[in-house]
Amino acid sequence: MKEKYIEDLQDIKDIMNRSSRFISLSGLSGIVAGIIALAGAYLAYSTVYSGQDYMGYRHVEITSATLTQLLLIAIGTLVLALAAGIYFTTRKTKKLNQKVWDHQTRRLVVNLAIPLVAGGVFCLMMLFKGYIGLVAPLTLIFYGMALVNASKYTLNEIRSLGMIEICLGLVATQFIGYGLLWWSLGFGVLHIVYGAIMHFKYKA
Amino acid sequence: MKDILKDLDKAFENKVRLGIMSALVVNDYVDFNTLKDLLDVTDGNLASHLKSLEKSSYINFKKEFHGRKPNTRYHATETGKRAFRKHINAIERLLN
Repeated sequence: MKEKYIEDLQDIKDIMNRSSRFISLSGLSGIVAGIIALAGAYLAYSTVYSGQDYMGYRHVEITSATLTQLLLIAIGTLVLALAAGIYFTTRKTKKLNQKVWDHQTRRLVVNLAIPLVAGGVFCLMMLFKGYIGLVAPLTLIFYGMALVNASKYTLNEIRSLGMIEICLGLVATQFIGYGLLWWSLGFGVLHIVYGAIMHFKYKA
Repeated sequence: MKDILKDLDKAFENKVRLGIMSALVVNDYVDFNTLKDLLDVTDGNLASHLKSLEKSSYINFKKEFHGRKPNTRYHATETGKRAFRKHINAIERLLN
């Protein structure tokens, strides 16, 4: 009789998770998105510091031409990273025999998008008002809040990833000149680390 | 021991009904087809268990139309949620 109830509890937990959380988030998508982010950061780095002597004093000169170029790099990185995320997650969803676009994914995407879109628009405003140094920390903070908000509807790890992103963003406000470095850490390295952890924890 | 057994709810003895309740207590609502996929049961089987939970007034439903397709959304009532919690508590006490 006890076995039956242990099994019942297991079933209850399983159904609660499957019905309320999107569990097919792929670790691989995190790893690939991280690598793309690092490549983007490198491109941005070489754009900003192009033609400067490595040994001498370096100052950042952002003209409207480099600004356009940076925005293009940012948009390119975002699109590629999103595409990789969608590709690997769709693949895993199919493997687990779940629906890709249903009530659960919709809820996850909407809750991720609210802080993310608000933050994105806000960062663009800051950029055009000339507060370029704050953009890197702000993207990290808003991205972290989006993750924390969306974590209720997917794997638990996403919540702590979000908290770390927020902390990185807050610390980064104190080191304005190193924005790109913090950004690579948050969007590149952290994604790779978390992606690897999740890939091995939830194999497949 | 005796009152633990009394707290176990006959309505949740069945796997499908237990599954329906598990899904409904963690979601605002779940529609018929989602429940069917989630629990991997046939239309008829699911419908009969839903009807029986409805009779105990543990769940309620709302019929909606997406264009012409009917879509029934089920949600747990307060009575249902309380009964479910009591049932799980009883299981936990039984296992300890």
